Amino acid sequence: MPHLIDRRPNGRGKSAVNRERFLRRYKAQVQDAVKKMIGERRITDMERGGEVRVPKKDIAEPSFGFGRGGDREFVLPGNREFVTGDRIPRPDGGSARGNGNEGGNGDGEDEFVFSLSREEFMEIFFDDLELPNLLRTEFGRSERKKSVRAGFTKTGTPANLSVVRTLTQSLARRIALSAGLGREGEALECEFAVATAVGQADRAALLYAEIERLERRRRTLPYLEEVDLRYRNRAWRPEPIARAAMFCLMDVSASMDEDKKDLAKRFFTLLYLFLTRKYGEVDLIFIRHTDDAEEVDEDTFFHDTRTGGTVVLSALELAETIRAERYARGWNVYAAQASDGDAFGADPARSARFLRERLLPAARYYTYLELADPQSPEHVSSLWAEYERVAEATGNFAMRRATRREQIYPVFRGLFRKETQ
Amino acid sequence: MKVLSHGADWDFELLERYDAAIGEVAGEYGLDTYPNQIEIITSEQMLDAYATGGLPVGYPHWSYGKEFIRNEQAYRRGMQGLAYEIVINSNPCIAYLMEENTMATQALVIAHACYGHNSFFKNNHVFQQWTAADAILDYLVFARRYVMKCEERHGPEAVEEVLDAAHALMSHGVDRYRRPAPLTLKAETARLAEREAHRERHFNDLWRTVPEAAAESAPASQARFPADPQENILYFVEKFSPRLEPWQRELVRIVRKLAQYFYPQAQTKVMNEGWATFWHYTILNRLHEKGLVDDGFMLEFLKSHTNVVCQPSFDSGAYGGLNPYALGFAMFTDIRRICERPDAEDREWFPELAGSDWRRSLDFAMRNFKDESFIAQYLSPRLIREFRLFAVADHRSEETLRVDSIHDDHGYRRVRRLLARQHAQELRVPDVQIVHYDRDGDRSLTVRHVRRRGRPLSDAATEVVAHLRRLWGLAVRLETWEDDVPVGDDVVCPA
Repeated sequence: MPHLIDRRPNGRGKSAVNRERFLRRYKAQVQDAVKKMIGERRITDMERGGEVRVPKKDIAEPSFGFGRGGDREFVLPGNREFVTGDRIPRPDGGSARGNGNEGGNGDGEDEFVFSLSREEFMEIFFDDLELPNLLRTEFGRSERKKSVRAGFTKTGTPANLSVVRTLTQSLARRIALSAGLGREGEALECEFAVATAVGQADRAALLYAEIERLERRRRTLPYLEEVDLRYRNRAWRPEPIARAAMFCLMDVSASMDEDKKDLAKRFFTLLYLFLTRKYGEVDLIFIRHTDDAEEVDEDTFFHDTRTGGTVVLSALELAETIRAERYARGWNVYAAQASDGDAFGADPARSARFLRERLLPAARYYTYLELADPQSPEHVSSLWAEYERVAEATGNFAMRRATRREQIYPVFRGLFRKETQ
Repeated sequence: MKVLSHGADWDFELLERYDAAIGEVAGEYGLDTYPNQIEIITSEQMLDAYATGGLPVGYPHWSYGKEFIRNEQAYRRGMQGLAYEIVINSNPCIAYLMEENTMATQALVIAHACYGHNSFFKNNHVFQQWTAADAILDYLVFARRYVMKCEERHGPEAVEEVLDAAHALMSHGVDRYRRPAPLTLKAETARLAEREAHRERHFNDLWRTVPEAAAESAPASQARFPADPQENILYFVEKFSPRLEPWQRELVRIVRKLAQYFYPQAQTKVMNEGWATFWHYTILNRLHEKGLVDDGFMLEFLKSHTNVVCQPSFDSGAYGGLNPYALGFAMFTDIRRICERPDAEDREWFPELAGSDWRRSLDFAMRNFKDESFIAQYLSPRLIREFRLFAVADHRSEETLRVDSIHDDHGYRRVRRLLARQHAQELRVPDVQIVHYDRDGDRSLTVRHVRRRGRPLSDAATEVVAHLRRLWGLAVRLETWEDDVPVGDDVVCPA
């Protein structure tokens, strides 16, 4: 009789571990691919999975095999016109391979292509990134609590029964209760032996009964008793949570052409995805500015178009106002600013001063991304020059420049790289 | 008799009835099998099983992940269908059936795997000699546990390095002349535990403090070691490598045992698939004769069957080498034909087969051959004509390829001999053997490739030598000889 077994409920994913091994081994290639993809993608597609190509020779598993050359014969099916002695020109690239050395996996592509799931993609995307200087000091409101182990108790639900503990207790109890009986029993055995030897039958019978009684008591010691039971105990402990607020400041003035806006949006998209995926407790504040600043929701921030003049200070002031109102105490404050730096007159200097005196002391980390003109990437804007002095004077300020799409991701990574001890 | 079922749907009760019917027919034909264990799996689980070469249990390794990704990708894009079944050479014989299959396909698979392959596993001499069907599952469990334990202790990277290197030498980790002792989980675990305990018992930290003897002047034994060339490189490494830790040796051993397990499969591909295909064809036709299956069933079955035994010609885009199913099926069918309805040519070529009892002749062929000898013995001129087989010579001294022989009176024997040689495992894998271990000198290892007819090793050889160097721990040299003289092309991997 055959066994019929339904294995379907066993679940798939037996190869998940092997797949993960593979990804880890070729991490460098996969990261390169991700980097390239981000440059090429539309902003709205940023969060999809993606296809990765790895050169086949990089992942080949070598073994001893035959190379080209030497003498050999091989048999093929489907002869239509050949007769013995016919000459056939050698095909190039060995596509008419006969036997034996069917190298690799047979399909003649040079690249091994596979897709990353969305999860895997995002993981690699944000690998090694972190908000710098994040402090977990805020005990916040008490809603976040964590269940932790807290020893053992004598009462509990069967699901929490600790078998090892319980059996330890049971063993200890049985040893404790039976040891005394055992000693007593041995003494009685001796007396019984003496009594029988000297012929005191009455006493022997008495002793025998007593031995019997002890033996019965020992036998009836229960294996498990209520008092042995031990249950795992858990307790709730308040968890320190790290709350953070991220201010996103984007310049949408007329000098920011479509390309630059695209770059800025890319940067903020990455920031947005990064923060929303990695940190549950992050408040995002979107501020865009021309000659005056306004707070907008994320949809408007990413998708609405608006143009005008440039006053950087307006955005900084608005950020500061909001910070003082809503995030004055108990928050880790971050800010990221993107602009082409085209500010006029006194604005750059005043902005830099405002930044240094008001915003930076209250912020954990402030990043500035300048979207330079691709025609003159070395040109230093007035804002950049002012900010540079701020960067020298303070420790929590970082600035970078970008001119092309593919620079955005490296710049982003550069700004939020995890600090290694 | 009553038809077993109509339509494509199946359920467990139907499967059992079909299995019973197929088993009965198989019994009529005298097929001798291990007990069957039929397992239903999903296509995802099938992909999982693919990755580990069909084994139900495997140790974790990135190359399996690569296989998995490759198959998954091809499958998702529709470039490749999945096999209907995977069958494992074990006792009981485990066959995986996919849930997506229709009833007709399930019946085909049961006949093919559970009776065809199963009887081949049980009775073919190569399998009998080289594998222990009773113990393989246990051993796989042991291997998996051991590898995972090593990963815990020594880190996945260290384990991966050893496995990578051992995998590269897998084709040279097979004992071709000695039957390996059967393996069992218990015996393996006990053997290891004993070894470990022995080491712990005899551990004495004092030895560490004893000053090492300076340049011991051991009498240099002039005898060459090993006395004879060793073809099982992995075995030699496992036994003699000067640098491997015990756990690393054990990993090498595990890979070697796996290589050994797969060795018979590579040698009997044509026969094994041909045998199974012949029997599913014969058995299902018999079911139809008995009126147990309807015409719709047969049409669907014939469609699958025709796909399986299709042999595209060499110049068509679909050509991917000789199809072992097609060749094997044609040969077994042909043997039956020669037994039952021989013509003059058959009487001349196969006097001992013509007119004999086909079941006995087929059984004999299945038991006593492997692909190479099977083709050399049984490939008939008629089949050579039907397949239009021809041999092409590729010689370095000639500008072009030359048609060596075709399906004519002069060519039959030569085509047959060449095709048989093409299936000889010894000629598929280059002859690389260990010739010298410099025990008294720098302890370097010398392996020799014995080149035949000028055929060089592929470029990957350099990497394989590097892997061997990793296992050996000291310098490794690969030399190439032909006709008993060295021909240069040495690859040296320094210590």
